[in-house]
Amino acid sequence: MKRHYATIALLICILLATRTSQAVDTTQMPTPALQERYLGLTHELRCMQCQNEAIADSPVSLAADLRRQVAEMLLAGKSDDDVRDYMVARYGDFILFRPRVSSRTIWLWSAPGILLLIGAAIAVRVTRQRAALVDQDKEPVEEDIRSS
Amino acid sequence: MNRFVLPLGIFALLAIVLAIGIKHSPEKGTIPSPLIGKAAPTFTLPVLTEAGRTFNSADLKGRWYLFNVWGTWCGECRAEHSALLEIAKRGEVPVIGLDWKDEDPTALQWIQDLGNPYEVIAADRDGRIAIDWGVYGAPETFLVDPHGIVVFKYVGALTMEAWETKFVPKLPPRQAAKS
Repeated sequence: MKRHYATIALLICILLATRTSQAVDTTQMPTPALQERYLGLTHELRCMQCQNEAIADSPVSLAADLRRQVAEMLLAGKSDDDVRDYMVARYGDFILFRPRVSSRTIWLWSAPGILLLIGAAIAVRVTRQRAALVDQDKEPVEEDIRSS
Repeated sequence: MNRFVLPLGIFALLAIVLAIGIKHSPEKGTIPSPLIGKAAPTFTLPVLTEAGRTFNSADLKGRWYLFNVWGTWCGECRAEHSALLEIAKRGEVPVIGLDWKDEDPTALQWIQDLGNPYEVIAADRDGRIAIDWGVYGAPETFLVDPHGIVVFKYVGALTMEAWETKFVPKLPPRQAAKS
């Protein structure tokens, strides 16, 4: 039973820890619709200082400044794309976690499709080769079993 | 023998792609600035060293200048300070400072202790101008030409070696010859 208490205590600790780490951004937009757009944008903009975090999750001061910028632009009636344009003009494509399709990023976007096609081509070839091998094999199945 | 051709080919292709990637990726994952070749953002900010005076960046039109983003909270800025003093002493280009998200007393103390390489220090207290310049970590240094076009951006602590090899070749010969 004592071990259960320890486990429960540990779980509570983990729960508390995750809650504090999520409290980086306490911004409240005036309407639920704006709040949703605000959260969407702050989660898709990269914190340039820590690079693998969204500005929504980053405690560094630049991320706070960029969140403030997003909030102000939304309150001023700007569209989501206006906000993305604003950020890309200053920080480049890299600030978007989902880079836009452009001449520079076309390879990035088409890579999964190309790789899938290459994989499919290899799979088809291998299957055909194996099927051809089975067709050529004139020996009865028992021979294969005995020899193995 | 034939069955090795395809895997070897794929390996070679991958090696080439990765080699290009490594070669093109600059030191410490520096991110290319979209500002290069574009007009430098303009701003009006209070001057750190003179209470009540403001500085308008449009006044810089017609001159080459170095735009250095720093803060007293930034360790690398201390490391590059002697290089900035040296560049200012040579007088090739004026150094304009952007004191980013700092406090006036600590920034003034810094200048008093370490020396002032800046022609003007603009105080960006809430970090808005730094965002316009696409600054993501101090120190960052921009070279701007007389038309107000950003020619080059350097991320990290400036050294005299970096100045000689990366900035000076971008200056017109007459300007560089002054050194």
